[in-house]
Amino acid sequence: MTSFQAPAWSVPVLIAAFVIFIGLVIFYVIKSRGIRRPLFAMPYTAWVALFTVIPCLLIAYYAFTDAAGRFTLDNFKSFWDSDYEMNRELIEMGMDPAELGFGRGTVNVDTLVYSLWMALLCTVICLALGYPAAYIMADREFRLGATIVVLFIIPMWMNFLLRTIAWMSLLEDNGLINNFLASIGLPRLRLMYNSGAVLMGMIYNYLPFMVFPIYNVLNKMDLKYSEAAMDLGASPIKTFLKVTLPLSLPGVVSGITMVFMPSVTTFFIPRVLGGGNTEMFGDLIERTFLTANNWNVGSALSLIMMVLILLSLGLLRKVDPEGEGEGML
Amino acid sequence: MKKFLQRFYIILILLFLYVPILVLIVQSFNAGKSRAKWEGLSFVWYEELFKSSAIMDALKVTVTIALLAAVISTVLGTLAAIGIYAMKKRPQALMMTLTNIPMTMPDIVTGISLMLLYLFFRVDRGYWTMLLAHITFDIPYVILSVMPKLKQMNKFSYEAALDLGCTPGQALRKVILPAVKPGVVTGAMLAFTLSLDDFTISYFTTSPLVQNLSTLIYSQARKGIKPTLNALSALMFITLLVLLLIVNRRTADNHPVKS
Repeated sequence: MTSFQAPAWSVPVLIAAFVIFIGLVIFYVIKSRGIRRPLFAMPYTAWVALFTVIPCLLIAYYAFTDAAGRFTLDNFKSFWDSDYEMNRELIEMGMDPAELGFGRGTVNVDTLVYSLWMALLCTVICLALGYPAAYIMADREFRLGATIVVLFIIPMWMNFLLRTIAWMSLLEDNGLINNFLASIGLPRLRLMYNSGAVLMGMIYNYLPFMVFPIYNVLNKMDLKYSEAAMDLGASPIKTFLKVTLPLSLPGVVSGITMVFMPSVTTFFIPRVLGGGNTEMFGDLIERTFLTANNWNVGSALSLIMMVLILLSLGLLRKVDPEGEGEGML
Repeated sequence: MKKFLQRFYIILILLFLYVPILVLIVQSFNAGKSRAKWEGLSFVWYEELFKSSAIMDALKVTVTIALLAAVISTVLGTLAAIGIYAMKKRPQALMMTLTNIPMTMPDIVTGISLMLLYLFFRVDRGYWTMLLAHITFDIPYVILSVMPKLKQMNKFSYEAALDLGCTPGQALRKVILPAVKPGVVTGAMLAFTLSLDDFTISYFTTSPLVQNLSTLIYSQARKGIKPTLNALSALMFITLLVLLLIVNRRTADNHPVKS
């Protein structure tokens, strides 16, 4: 199935438009005798138009058209019912899909729900593991905080695919963990090819993104507040709950953003560590485009993904309107 | 006791982060091919690494694209930041929103949107399309590293330089650029490392004929990774580590390493 593409003359037209744009900028520079600073942004403006705005519009375009380029909402129906196209053909042939035992194909919706669930779990566990780590690192008596931050960054230089694959040699049936268990007389466990392994791979990859912003906020926090609370008789636990935790909320919010967003679209990790039914939404989008070669449904899925991300971003912004936690990265 | 618990917890977390990497490095010295069994120390995978043309080609693609993308996006991004900063409020807000789009969009959607761009205009995907894609996702990071430095600068020093007889070009070179230099360096380093490590966007914007290291690893992942790739990533990891130590030593009192 091939979808609608631009006619062959469009590329020369695009290049011509670009040349004219450059010409206009040069003309303007000569006319106003010297460069005005906003003009420095012109090359970037052209770049953004071509490589950000047009591609986004293309996704929207393909999501709302069929293979022949006509407007349609079928792609979104295909999201809801992954067998929609097949069922429609059956109806056109005069058969009733329900009678033949074909119902709604739930693969797409199920995958989305599964991805959201996995991302939620990953975010919660990262928060549970990362907050104490950030709290310890920011402790004034601990002193090693800055060094540990670097130690958290270094693993991210190892290619992320290889890091994920390295987990295979730990988790395999014949892997290091199982060999260790066997050597001390414990039964071997099935650690790979299930949701647990995928979740672990996600936590492994995204944990630093939870620690950095929380550490950042805690590290900059004015100690006077918690000291005052203690002086006024609050217990350490109460001080933490009533003073430190609320003040560190911006860091928590941006940590959640930075973990949740990429984990919903996790791609590749489920393929390596997961089994048969651990496909996530990122893999589904990729498969729809490259294996099923269906750009229209694939674009609709991408659009749904983008809307979800924007909605959750908007929600999180409400909690942290000033984006205070976004100090790092 | 508190101190012990603190250390214990941090060590546990660091162990979690480093064990796979250590496993990977140890495997690269393993004489056998098995992932789990140690068959003696050897450098055979390192030898094979330099003989493998697929890996060497992928390395060349990865490094040249990372360098080119870092240089081009740093130039474009720095100019853009200076320009956007001098804009009036409304176009400035618009440009910053457009800059934030690629950063909030999931990588896979960015990659697919660029793939659609190339497919729509019937451009064959390969080295140059991958480079353009890398520049596209690098520029926002450069802009966002340079912008804070511009905001810290005295608003009027540029105008003062003009009043004192500088041409705009001179004012740019002698006043603005020195002030934003740390941001430019951070942006360039960020762009380089992001480009070096990218998989998702490269995967959608290149053809199977032109592979960078990530896409090469991906294509081998299902068949089983050869230890040669472990050897390569161990080498790259150690190179980057040494580079960081050198840079850190030299700029220890300047500014801390930014993630």
